[in-house]
Amino acid sequence: MEWFESGWGLSLVVFLPLIGAVVLLAIPKAEEETQKWTALLFAGASFVLSVLLVFRFDFGEAGMQLGTNVDWITAINSSFHIGVDGISLPLVVLSTFITLLSIIYSWEHWPEPHNPKAFLILILILATGMAGTFVALDLILFFVFFEVVLLPMYFMIGIWGDRDEITIPVFNITTQMRLYASIKFFLFTLFGSAFMLLGFLVLYFKGGRTFDMLELASNGAEGLLGSGLAVWVFAALFLGFAVKVPMFPLHTWLPDAHTAAPTVGSVLLAAILLKLGTYAFVRIAIPILPEQSQNWAPVIAILAVIGIIYASLACLAQTDMKRLIAFSSVGHMGFVMLGIATMTPIGINAAIIGMVAHGVITGLLFFLAGSMSHRYHTREMARLGGNQTLMPIMGAILGFTAMASLGLPGLAGFWGEFMALLAAFSPAAGLSTTLFRTLMVIGAVGTVLAAGYLLWMLQKVNFGEPKDEWAGHEFHDVDIFEKMAWVPMIIAVIAIGIFPRLVFGATNDSVIDLVAKAFGG
Amino acid sequence: MIDYHALAPELILAGTVMAVLVVDMLPVRKYWTAVIGLVGLFATIVPILTLGFCESLDFCASSGVREMFGGSYVIDTFSLVLKGLFIGSAFVAVLLSVGYLESDRFWQGEFYFLMLASVLGALVMASSRDLVTMFVGLELVTGPTFLMAGWRKGEARSNEAALKFFIIGVLSAAVLLFGMSLVYGVTGELTFTGIRAGSVGVLDGDLSGLFIIGVLFTILGFAFKVSAVPFHFWTPDTYEGAPTPVTAYLSVVSKTAGFVGLLAICYLAFGEVTTLWGTGLWVLAALSMTVGNLIALRQSNVVRLLGYSSIAQGGFILVPFGAAIAADVTGADLEEAFFATVTYLVIYAFMNLGAFGVVIAVGNRLRSGEIKDWAGLFSYAPGLATMLGLFFFSLAGIPPLAGWFAKLVMFRSVLASGSGWAGALAVIAAVNSVIAFYYYSKVVISAFMEKVPDGVPVAEIREGRTAPSLQFALLLTTLGVVVIGVYPPLVSGLAEAAKTFATGF
Repeated sequence: MEWFESGWGLSLVVFLPLIGAVVLLAIPKAEEETQKWTALLFAGASFVLSVLLVFRFDFGEAGMQLGTNVDWITAINSSFHIGVDGISLPLVVLSTFITLLSIIYSWEHWPEPHNPKAFLILILILATGMAGTFVALDLILFFVFFEVVLLPMYFMIGIWGDRDEITIPVFNITTQMRLYASIKFFLFTLFGSAFMLLGFLVLYFKGGRTFDMLELASNGAEGLLGSGLAVWVFAALFLGFAVKVPMFPLHTWLPDAHTAAPTVGSVLLAAILLKLGTYAFVRIAIPILPEQSQNWAPVIAILAVIGIIYASLACLAQTDMKRLIAFSSVGHMGFVMLGIATMTPIGINAAIIGMVAHGVITGLLFFLAGSMSHRYHTREMARLGGNQTLMPIMGAILGFTAMASLGLPGLAGFWGEFMALLAAFSPAAGLSTTLFRTLMVIGAVGTVLAAGYLLWMLQKVNFGEPKDEWAGHEFHDVDIFEKMAWVPMIIAVIAIGIFPRLVFGATNDSVIDLVAKAFGG
Repeated sequence: MIDYHALAPELILAGTVMAVLVVDMLPVRKYWTAVIGLVGLFATIVPILTLGFCESLDFCASSGVREMFGGSYVIDTFSLVLKGLFIGSAFVAVLLSVGYLESDRFWQGEFYFLMLASVLGALVMASSRDLVTMFVGLELVTGPTFLMAGWRKGEARSNEAALKFFIIGVLSAAVLLFGMSLVYGVTGELTFTGIRAGSVGVLDGDLSGLFIIGVLFTILGFAFKVSAVPFHFWTPDTYEGAPTPVTAYLSVVSKTAGFVGLLAICYLAFGEVTTLWGTGLWVLAALSMTVGNLIALRQSNVVRLLGYSSIAQGGFILVPFGAAIAADVTGADLEEAFFATVTYLVIYAFMNLGAFGVVIAVGNRLRSGEIKDWAGLFSYAPGLATMLGLFFFSLAGIPPLAGWFAKLVMFRSVLASGSGWAGALAVIAAVNSVIAFYYYSKVVISAFMEKVPDGVPVAEIREGRTAPSLQFALLLTTLGVVVIGVYPPLVSGLAEAAKTFATGF
């Protein structure tokens, strides 16, 4: 197993899906069964290996493990440096897990215009980009993986997305939802990442001529930059990461993208892609620019809390079920960012368990929303209703997931929110306790609002009598592929809810180490 | 004494040019003129390789830099890398032309004769180290292209393209010569090293103003060649009117030749006035990117869109020159900038030739270059549509396609110096790369996400085959864009080797 631990295992987890995508290219378009099995094989292998990583991982060790560092682009001093620690490990497993389930779910649920081959290729490329971002320890490598996810998601939304006509307000152009949403998604992210790249380059030149994240942190790159420049560098990184999270007020691409995307697209977007931004804050911004992170922490925290409240209120105004879930994502990511902004081990632990929980729970919610709109041919909550009667199992799962999403103790969603608020009670030294406690109170109001809109959604969708228009319709309840995709997620939600140590056990040491190195605590 | 080994690439290519004319007179199919041209280009690569790896070859007498004709003609790694690039691009350009020229009654022999003669000029430029040789080389590159632009004789647009190009070309030659004559006049030197040495004394004397004017006019002359804004007016019309393979050639080989001249003159001859040309090219870079991109947003024709895109790309290639704007720019920073320009040029050649290849292939079948007519391309020609996506997103600089690395080193070169102005250029470039994405994606959206318009003979097109030569060209460029994107050292190694004379500041 030596080869496995010397970086090959991790590389395989990242690149197996990509190899699968290349293999798929060679399979004729008509042979759909072969395509599906191939994709399943590669995604499955990637997942199994990532689980194997967990068993090979030394939980007593805070630093990077199982990685490697080989030359890549020597001309610019960039190397293929990968590795996992307790912070990235859960996220790597999450990404391979959700990818695998997405392929299982897709088995019999192809959005129009069909073409499973192209769709599976995109999922697999996405998988490589997502896992790669979580293991990259070189800024350029990170940038490449961070951007690799854009194209597949763009095509997924643009080709298989929602075909409703919409009129864009300012330009007065009528276009299809999917076209508008896909380009908006791309332009926002590209804008952020273009500046992020500039920030990386300044870090390189002024921070000791290295792109290596660990070296930059241990070099004290921030001191080398000087505070005048460090502000700008942090601002550039912030722009790149915050668009991806997305933080208020840069979130406007998200509801459109989520609503327009095909089911699997929404799931992957919500479950993994958003985490790339929050992860980058933890992995890059805090260790490399600790002082600036601390200076910016109040701003981040305030924006996070505005996001929580704003998203909750926006949810209450939605008529479209998928859009409601999309806005709820903005709110949940607000809790994650609030946790990070406290700059304490508790807050960052909260952020990571929040990310994992949100990935599973909101992923499941989007699966449900997709399956329901597939059956009802509408996402209008006003037309739904009585789902519990029409499709008892689907209704039960929806009820369960909504409870998890609103942060019911005992389920996964609870820990992230509760601990983020707890951390805000006593933020890191140097941060204003008054401000953070105020924010804590407002954030707590947000949890109440979240309960409000989720229960309201349940009431509209699940309860009551079915509308007259559905009389005489025969609805198929949850099918076998849906069960195979959803049951593991439900188990994960319960397991993490009852044994949060599943995540904390991995993260805690690394987080304490990270905070100690950054702030000298 | 003449070093025939060093001159072998030029000699072989000159021989090929003649051979093409001879074959054209023989009673064989005109197709053979293209074959001779391709074989000749391929043969030219051999001496370039033996010169490049001279050290490890037994028969190779003297290695290292070879100077001839009193330092006017130099073979170093820079010239070898660029010659390789010219030959490679010309090879693809010929491949793009074959099917196109055969599809109609064009004069094939003469076409390849002119194209190869123009490539010969580019080879000369890569080695020339004095004003006269540089000028002769540049005119040899440009002269034949005036004719090639008007190759579709019956069409008014093609005539317009050639005429506009000719008039602007002559004007730019005049501007360039004027600048060169001033530089020669005040320094009394023709070779670049001589000019640099002479300029030290001139800058302290009364004639420094004249020297500065000379430098600016020389740079303006090249600005026409690389179609930098505001000297770009000819570009869109010429690109649209000329036969598409010619446009591909113009936008890659001829443009790269302009940049090669600019590199040699700026870094070697004008090495004492880096801030001067740094400032001038800073402005041109910012304008080219911004204006090129903004106008490209409004285009509805693919070729015209690529025309403006190539203006904007030219701006990105100029960005590293703008790094020299800082008064305290160091030798290491200039090396970085030089490296970035060469890297960008190599990657640009792959992706732009590929993009034009797809345009030719699709244009052949659809008989239209309007973006809206390309709607739904993916549904009936998935292979071509996928390549279209690859090349256009590579031009936009999206990883993991080659263009991202070009953009990265471009940003890197301006941030290296750490000056405020250079940083500002980086921000302008960053905003521009977002704008550029929008219009590149416009074509992709049309091809992938929209419905096939009525009246497109889908079944017929699906049956249709792309000419084998064009398929080969697309294969080469696709491989290039994907492989370089994943493993950039392939290009960065070459560019690293090429920065021979960027040192010594």
